[in-house]
Amino acid sequence: MTTTDFTPDPARISAVPDQDRWPEGIYPPTEEMLAEPVDPELCKAQEARLREVWADPKGWRYWSAVNNSEVGKWYCLMAFGYMLAAGVLALLMRVQLAVPDNDFLSADRFNQFFTMHGSAMMFLFAVPMFEAISILILPAFLGARDMPFPRLSAYGFWCFVIGGVFVFGSIFFDSAPKSGWFMYPPLSMLDGGIGADIWLLGLSFIEVASIAAAVELIVGVIKCRPPGMRINLMPLYAWYVLVVGGMILFAFPPLIAGDLLFEMQRSFDWPFFDPARGGDPMLWQHLFWIFGHPEVYIIFLPSIAIAAMVVPTAAQIPIWGYSWIVLSAVGTGFLSFGLWAHHMFATGLPAMSLGFFSAASEAVVIPTGVQLFAFMATLMVGRVTMLLPMLWIAGGVAIFTAGGLTGVMVALAPFDWQVHDSYFIVAHLHYTIFGGMIFPVVAGIYYFYPFFTKKKMSEKLGRISFWLTFTGFNICFFPMHLTGLKGMPRRVFTYPGDIGWDWLNAISTFGAFVTAAGILVFAWDLLRPKGKQPLTERNPWNAGTLEWSHDVPEEFWGVRSVPHITSRYPLWQQPKLLERMDAGRYYLADAEFGHRETLITTAIDARPQHIARVTGPAWCTIWAAIFTGGAFIFPTFHLYAPALISGALALACIIWWLWTSTAQHPEVVKKDVGLGLKLPIYVSGSAAPGWWGMFITMLGDMTAFASLVFGVFFYWTARPDFPPAAAAHATLPWVYAAVICYTLAWAATWAARNVNCAGNAARAFQGLVAAVVLTIAGAGSLFWALWGAGMDPTEHVYPAIMWVLVVWVLAHSLAGLVMLGFCIAGSIFGRLTPRYDADLWNVTLFWHFLALTAFVTCTMVGAVPRLM
Amino acid sequence: MIARRAFGVIGLGALTLSLAACDGPQSALSPGGRDADVLASLFWIMLIGAVAIWLLINGLFFFLTRIRPRAMPRRAAEALIIGGGIVFPTIVVAGLLTYGLSIMPDQRAVGKGTRIEVVGEQWWWRVHYWPEGADEPIVAANEIRLPAGTRSEITLKAARVIHSFWIPGLGGKTDMIPGRVNRMSLEPTETGTYRGQCAEFCGDSHALMALNAVVLRPESFDAWLGRIARPAGPPETELARKGAAVFLSEGCGACHAIRGTAAAGRLGPDLTHLASRTSLAAGILDMTPEALAAWITDPDAIKPGARMPGYDHLAQAEMTALVAYLEGLE
Repeated sequence: MTTTDFTPDPARISAVPDQDRWPEGIYPPTEEMLAEPVDPELCKAQEARLREVWADPKGWRYWSAVNNSEVGKWYCLMAFGYMLAAGVLALLMRVQLAVPDNDFLSADRFNQFFTMHGSAMMFLFAVPMFEAISILILPAFLGARDMPFPRLSAYGFWCFVIGGVFVFGSIFFDSAPKSGWFMYPPLSMLDGGIGADIWLLGLSFIEVASIAAAVELIVGVIKCRPPGMRINLMPLYAWYVLVVGGMILFAFPPLIAGDLLFEMQRSFDWPFFDPARGGDPMLWQHLFWIFGHPEVYIIFLPSIAIAAMVVPTAAQIPIWGYSWIVLSAVGTGFLSFGLWAHHMFATGLPAMSLGFFSAASEAVVIPTGVQLFAFMATLMVGRVTMLLPMLWIAGGVAIFTAGGLTGVMVALAPFDWQVHDSYFIVAHLHYTIFGGMIFPVVAGIYYFYPFFTKKKMSEKLGRISFWLTFTGFNICFFPMHLTGLKGMPRRVFTYPGDIGWDWLNAISTFGAFVTAAGILVFAWDLLRPKGKQPLTERNPWNAGTLEWSHDVPEEFWGVRSVPHITSRYPLWQQPKLLERMDAGRYYLADAEFGHRETLITTAIDARPQHIARVTGPAWCTIWAAIFTGGAFIFPTFHLYAPALISGALALACIIWWLWTSTAQHPEVVKKDVGLGLKLPIYVSGSAAPGWWGMFITMLGDMTAFASLVFGVFFYWTARPDFPPAAAAHATLPWVYAAVICYTLAWAATWAARNVNCAGNAARAFQGLVAAVVLTIAGAGSLFWALWGAGMDPTEHVYPAIMWVLVVWVLAHSLAGLVMLGFCIAGSIFGRLTPRYDADLWNVTLFWHFLALTAFVTCTMVGAVPRLM
Repeated sequence: MIARRAFGVIGLGALTLSLAACDGPQSALSPGGRDADVLASLFWIMLIGAVAIWLLINGLFFFLTRIRPRAMPRRAAEALIIGGGIVFPTIVVAGLLTYGLSIMPDQRAVGKGTRIEVVGEQWWWRVHYWPEGADEPIVAANEIRLPAGTRSEITLKAARVIHSFWIPGLGGKTDMIPGRVNRMSLEPTETGTYRGQCAEFCGDSHALMALNAVVLRPESFDAWLGRIARPAGPPETELARKGAAVFLSEGCGACHAIRGTAAAGRLGPDLTHLASRTSLAAGILDMTPEALAAWITDPDAIKPGARMPGYDHLAQAEMTALVAYLEGLE
């Protein structure tokens, strides 16, 4: 019998007795402890309590649900709906292109359609679909009851609904964006309508929601694993979630930074992309593709993750080459950030860059190949049954390898000069995305459907759908390789009849409709009522991973008790696991205090750390989403006052939600979670998921900021007149003042946390108030440094980019002030005390990043231009 | 035996058919220049490799999932991951990069002789020929002519939005970006007409921004350049003279230049030798009187978003005269 040896953090001088913060008791559990039977009466009572706590709200209140099983389901269906809608646009475009010189669609409408098709497939389907599926199944993979921040998932989902309807809805008002999903300026800048603004603001809004979901997924994987599931025992899907979540975190912010610059030019005429005033349209291309290329892997890797779950089940053995796959996934993630310029081979980049980016692009073959061959190796070693999901995987492999091989071709810069922006690329990208995303996702839906709904989809319809989709896809897209080589450019609404493209296009259109028929059969199978059908058996595919410990019929509690995991395929390798889970033998089998709770474990070894009380159903998330939507949507119509009001209301909703339901003071210090282990309920600092949420969010935030800083250096290298010789620079004394104020504000916040920890709440209060005053002074100094110097952002790109950095700091200072205010209020109303200080820890963490942002900005504004 | 011969005939037929299918005035696979030729060869080589690798991978997948009678040893699995995932792709990709990148410098080699500057406009091409040592360019539009057997330098610019200059039969494309000057070069080997098209989405009528590249023998090219350097000759017929008057009175000269007349507009294409071009409205209409009249009457109907206003108020006779005048600008 081992007792826990959780050592207190020596760096943390604390007034709170350490034993309050740390687990106590026995861990890991011994076989005798696990073998001990559970009293059936107690088990029944526990089940009743759990059921009550986790029950969905009834009636119209159902929509206030926040638990992952509901939000995940809505999210998936919504993303699927957007996919069907974007698919309809594709069909209409194929009708237009079926014959030469067609006038079924006007040029304007065609341009709206292809822009919306690409944008919706990327932003409203591919990325959200990954997040939706992950929200839905990740907790089950990890034996967790829910995601760590259920209301954040709900908030993200409602943002997605509102933003998606806003962006996609524009197509019905003939005012959709029409400059392509890549929105290259100056074309998109010259677009007189509101289409481009809808794209920029609507999709930024959705990107923020995507990042929120990514933060939550990363924290989920790091902190919500079951005890004993060390990081090398995680299901591969969780690894991919970690990698893809990280990629979203670093890939989306550059685009958000780009969107910010773009919208500043459209709304306020700050000339970031205007060559006449020192700007450069190429900056957008860089920022867009620094996002855009990782995006390709962001949608591809999760599907590989699904394959990584299906393949071992089909082969009935553990995956072969687990470490190879993990390394390759991580490698792909890193490499994907070094390839962006291969979308820009024709822009006149220097030969050196072309060579480098060609080589880097080709290098991706290696990790991709390793993953593919590891699956084949698994099939080789095991005994394969050709399950229906495996059929879709096989189709996906056939299509994806073709797309991958054309990818090897186009990665070669000189060949890309021929086929870039031609139908060859249309074929290539659809081969990779259909093979690398659609087919595996459909495989995943067939595979996980019994888990989602406790019913089964039809084997027969599944096969019909597969063959229709597979043949239709190839009929549609295979000829496009040739169409492109015969010189047909992309994004043309019509073409002449005498250059040999007509019959190829006619075939493609036919194929598109066959594909659509296949997708429709699938959609029908997915959505048709299955009321009379019997419930599925519990583990229909005889899989080995934890999600198949689900309850049939459905229970909303996630897992009956959180198991102790010692293997990668617990259902295969831990024989009595299921029966003990069901009996409530494992951890957290009860909800005696009537709260939704899940277990938090350490990041690497998954030792139990504490119990997190997660939030329940709420309307404030929906209101927060609606008002956040307003803050993004009103500026589209240049309604800035309603936007500000809406933003303030969103903030109020979020503060209300944080104040009333997160990090509440528990009624007991520790709770007995079973198997002789007692865990604290309230923790702060790096043990708490909230701290991780803040940390990870701020990494993304810093990436966006770094993109703006990159902009400064980009202009410096790309433009001879940056900064202009006669330009006014920021006034140095005010910059110094800003540096001093921000340093002191940061120090005051930090000190407040430490003295509060040491038990001196009154002194901490003073520190917080001082920080507020100093932040205001710092922000004011920084503002005056530019304003006083008469720097006009509409005059030239130099003052414009300096102002953007300052605006960025000011906005973050405002957030910092709100957070300090939150802590001050907490201190006044007894929410923040030396014992309950999670808020202050998180705010201090934010301040570390804010201080860094402010220092870098002061350097960029004060020193760097004078050295250039 | 008969079956084999039949297969042979079908195979040969299919091959001929597919090669014929690759032809076309805008095809990258029927090259008429050195760059396109090298790239087409590169493509055929890569295609053969790709087909072989595809068959290998998918054959193996099929074998493993459908045919294989029993489980295979673990050592084979390990070898598959390392061999198939690391060793094989590393060798193939290294070879491909060495070959593929080695052809790059030639593709962008510096050209000699007359330099051609092309400016992308919405949605047409402004073309300036700069003979060696010239102080002023020879202005033309919507068509380029190149001497065969020489590498010509091409300078690329854009007026308002990004375009991309692409003549697949002669070589790869290069973007035209406002505020930047890009360069490329082309070395046509065979005379003839090659169709090109804007390859970067540039707004409403992106699909209708094409141009012909006419490759001439060097001596014909020089003679032609000499001809278009001259101003337009005076209208020869009575009708054409009337047309010239219509041209000036309707204010066409505000946007279009006809060298040798009062028309000196710079907004639209130069029309000095309009009738000597192989096509009209940036490669989308044949150079016929009917097409010209239709274009002048309502450009927006032919090219949505075109800046040129419609002249549907012209009387039939005026239009006939105008067309006759323009048709005479050889």
